[in-house]
Amino acid sequence: MPLALYIARRLVVLVPTLFFVSVLIFSLQKLLPGDAALALAGEEHDPAAVAAIRAKYHLDRPAPVQYAIWMGKVLRGDLGESLRNRIPVTELLAAKLPVTVELAIGSMLIALAIGIPAGVISAARRGTALDATANLVALSGLSVPHFWLGIMLILLFAVRLGWLPASGYVAPWEDLGRNLTTILLPCIVLGTGVGGVMMRHTRGAMLETMSADYVRTARAKSVPERLVVLKHALRNALIPVITLGAIEFGRLLGGAVLTEQIFAIPGFGKMLVDGVFNRDYAVVQGVVLVSAGIYVLLNLMADVLYFLANPRLRGS
Amino acid sequence: MSLTRLITLALAFTLFAAGPVAAQSVLRIGLNDDPDALDPTISRAYVGRLVFAGLCDKLFDVTPDLKIVPQLAVSHEWAPDQKSIVIKLRPGVKFHDGEPLNAEAVKFNIERHINTPGSFRKTEIGQISSVDVINDLTVRFNLSEPLVPLLAALTDRSGMMVSPKAAKALGDKFGLKPVCAGPYRFVERVAQGKIVLERFGDYWDKANIFIDRVEFVPITDSTARLASLRSGDLQMIERASPTDLPEIRGDSRLKVSGVPELGYQMIPLNVANGPKSKTLADARVRQALDLAIDRDALVKAVFNNEYIPGNQWVSPTSYYYNAKYPVRKRDVAKAKQLLREAGQPNLTFTLIVPPERDRQEAAQIIQAMLAEAGVTVNLQTQENVTMLTNGRKGDFEAYFTFWSGRPDPDGNVFTQSTCKGAQNDSHYCNADVDALLTKARQVPDPAERKKLYDQATEIMMRDIPRLQLWHRRVFTGYTAKLTGFTPYPDGIIRLRGLKLN
Repeated sequence: MPLALYIARRLVVLVPTLFFVSVLIFSLQKLLPGDAALALAGEEHDPAAVAAIRAKYHLDRPAPVQYAIWMGKVLRGDLGESLRNRIPVTELLAAKLPVTVELAIGSMLIALAIGIPAGVISAARRGTALDATANLVALSGLSVPHFWLGIMLILLFAVRLGWLPASGYVAPWEDLGRNLTTILLPCIVLGTGVGGVMMRHTRGAMLETMSADYVRTARAKSVPERLVVLKHALRNALIPVITLGAIEFGRLLGGAVLTEQIFAIPGFGKMLVDGVFNRDYAVVQGVVLVSAGIYVLLNLMADVLYFLANPRLRGS
Repeated sequence: MSLTRLITLALAFTLFAAGPVAAQSVLRIGLNDDPDALDPTISRAYVGRLVFAGLCDKLFDVTPDLKIVPQLAVSHEWAPDQKSIVIKLRPGVKFHDGEPLNAEAVKFNIERHINTPGSFRKTEIGQISSVDVINDLTVRFNLSEPLVPLLAALTDRSGMMVSPKAAKALGDKFGLKPVCAGPYRFVERVAQGKIVLERFGDYWDKANIFIDRVEFVPITDSTARLASLRSGDLQMIERASPTDLPEIRGDSRLKVSGVPELGYQMIPLNVANGPKSKTLADARVRQALDLAIDRDALVKAVFNNEYIPGNQWVSPTSYYYNAKYPVRKRDVAKAKQLLREAGQPNLTFTLIVPPERDRQEAAQIIQAMLAEAGVTVNLQTQENVTMLTNGRKGDFEAYFTFWSGRPDPDGNVFTQSTCKGAQNDSHYCNADVDALLTKARQVPDPAERKKLYDQATEIMMRDIPRLQLWHRRVFTGYTAKLTGFTPYPDGIIRLRGLKLN
């Protein structure tokens, strides 16, 4: 079973990758100027209080020792606790992972729904007004800043029309309807951005496959154009799109800071940025480690999808 | 089913499912930031105090004009030497877990505030050397030294009482499930998402609590926060930005109120903290900088005149403001003359500014104003924590910061201006100021205290250890459906008396 072997080999590589990421993020954080204990103490500048914080979180120990203490805990499944709000990092991650995953899936669905059909159509109708329109839409999705689009959508749908809530994420198990309304606008903001990229890539890949020999052969056999495009060309064109999809999806899972901030969605991005500004080391390390793990796994999934989408790869 | 039909269906479902829900009244308050630990002993962020106002009652509270009034206490009495204070407690008060608030509970809480490792209350009430339980509803705090500002500390987190039973059971996880004696009890917290409280049925003053549920929603982006208020997703926003005001005032469904803050915005100058203090060590140089700034113009230009020009460590509206030294008119000629006398006519120094709109803009204007007096200011942007760390180490000539303010004047000046003060990054040291500020801690009579503070202010107006620039107003925006709201200078929203119509 070459596929299973392949997956197993990739999973083994995951361990050194994550170890490397953990060392990297740990040392980069130590390079941040500014004293974590002082950041935590806020207006409280009493040296005794600051020293107590430093001791409690081992900030007074040399960096390698701090790393060893942290790693030792991580290996036992304990990611430490947030310096700021004292909530265990595993708990924070568990609370935010579903939110981030939901946001990422929703955005990806919108991106796929826009990107692939638009890419296919504009490639099939290359040079027509339809192609130009699709390109225009894709480029605007790409180039409009997220925070601006987010604010505009809030002003239109929440303030002016009152159809959707402006903020306040509700978990799906609490109230599914409200959950969908709160997640819709942020998904649109993120989805249109990714959709633009997907459209451009789908179009490019389609144009390439459309000029391939086997497509010409299919046409010569007078296969209906619809089938030529959707069955012969699209399937092969999907390979680079899958790669891109996995990368974009991984990026979305790393957190979408601005969008989360504007819609007050408690996801990874907001947690990460707050963590950096508050020098909340444990939180930053936890988020980065988990995001990196997911990212690697997603890339693995993309590779598996290649196998399934393209029979030629199965032999090699 | 085609994809378009699927999407249409999903959309329709989404819109319908969002139908009306609220049977109970819910007040959603937009916060500028996510609070830190919800444990009064280890909490330090300002924003957490807004949540505590619903969750945890305090021994005392302040009135809108900063008079101290009892809350969980009913009365207090200082000993003649101010070295102990007897406090009588309100009878019949229960914590959210049904435990009684009594003298033993108060003793437990004060000891917890002082002895918990990492407590931020120790510096506020650490002078309490012991607590005597006189009877079930009376306690005595014995102090190691006379400390009148202690009472003001008990109007904030140091005066918050938590259930001893819950505190013992939860240990250092108490902040995850706080149990206090306030009008609302803790329901849940989604970090960076929301904090939910619900009305406590056994609250001692439940007749004045009208709203069933309160949700605190942190939204850092001010435009998004305002949009949520306008769309009705939030009913209140705290610390609204002055740039939001025209929009709030232009919307008939909204109201806004503003009161002068307790704190001040300032530029500490390095007087004697390490080698970088050389540039601004001469008091005449610091006076020149102070004279060259036109505070009225600054406040007009950056804050549309919504803030208050200031030159002392309390705002001009405070009882403790020294009226003999009002905000001076700008005097560039005098500033130049002082610089010449000090032998630094071509003064150049670096001002560190955090990447934040208000202070960035103000810094640029100050730079231009000082240029007219022949002073070259190099602006250097540093992220906040980095700036404060450098301030601490003395790695600065001047930096742009603020003090959030305390209800008692001592909290605005003592640690900032005494030689060994923990906030005194300038390392300014004047024995007379030290003596006056220490004396003021021991005098309970406000008129006597004011005399001492006036003398200290007079000296500091000559020494200029920092440039005092302006006082913000704390703006609270809220829906017109909300009644019973009274703004407080500490910016904390009191939930008592609030009604949603």
